Amino acid sequence: MSVRKSETMPIRTQADIVHVRQAVRTWSVDAGMRLVDQTKIVTAASELARNTLEYGGGGELLLESLSEGIRVGLRLTFTDHGPGIPDLELALKDGWTSGSGMGMGLSGSKRLSNEFEIESQVGIGTTVRITRWK
Amino acid sequence: MERIPILRMGSFLLVTIQVDMHDRLAMTLQDDLTTKIVQTGASGVLIDISALDIVDSFIGRMLGNISAMSRVLDAETVVVGMQPAVAITLVELGLSLPGVRTALNVEKGMAILRATRTLLGEEEDDDVSPEE
Repeated sequence: MSVRKSETMPIRTQADIVHVRQAVRTWSVDAGMRLVDQTKIVTAASELARNTLEYGGGGELLLESLSEGIRVGLRLTFTDHGPGIPDLELALKDGWTSGSGMGMGLSGSKRLSNEFEIESQVGIGTTVRITRWK
Repeated sequence: MERIPILRMGSFLLVTIQVDMHDRLAMTLQDDLTTKIVQTGASGVLIDISALDIVDSFIGRMLGNISAMSRVLDAETVVVGMQPAVAITLVELGLSLPGVRTALNVEKGMAILRATRTLLGEEEDDDVSPEE
C-alpha cells in the first residue's frame, strides 16, 4: 500500500469542522468515489472532527490518499491530546455519550468506514483512524 | 452575525439551508425559528435541506429539536428534499430522525402543512394530533 498524497489540517474551531468536511469531499471526488461513498466518508469525518474538538479539546487531521494495487482509498487520522477515553468498548456503543451529544459519532463513523482503528490513553490523548476504499 | 434566513408565507415559515452550517449557526437557526414561531403564531414550518450534501448527528439532532420544539409551540415541522445519498448515510450512521416529519419536496411538504392546518381548523374540538 502506498500513500499518494497527504495533508495535515488543524481542528481548533467549529469552522475547522466545516473545512475538514470540504477537504474530505474534494479528496473523495479526486479519488473517484461515487456520491454515496463520498457522503459516507464526509459524514464520518464530520463526526470525528467534532469529537476531536469537543472531547479532545482540539487536534488535527491527517488526510491521506492511498493506493493498493488497483484500488484507491482515503485514510483519515484524527489525533487529539485531550483526556483520552477510559473505556473504549463503552465509547463505541450506540447512544453512549460522555458529553451532550447523541452518542452516535464514534459508533456511526465506524459503520460508515471500511476500516476503523482507535487508540486512546487516559491523560495522553486519542487517535482515530478510518479508511474508506473506492 | 451570520444567520439562515427565515421567510414567512401566510401562516407558515420557510427555511432553505443553502450553506454548509457550522454548529453554532445550526443552534442559532434553532433559536431563531422557535422565536419566530411564537412571534408570528405560525402553524407550520418547512425546512428545505435539498442543498445539504451531508446530515451528520449534530444536524440530525437540530432537526429533531426543531420538530419537537415547534410541536410544543403548536406548529408542525416538515423537513423536505433530503438527497438519497444523505438518507442512506444517515440511516447507516444510526439516525432515522424519529419524530421528524419528512416529504420528498417542497410541494409535498407544503401540502402536508396545508392539510394539517385544514384538519385542525375544521375539527377544533378534536385533540387528535395530525401525526400518524
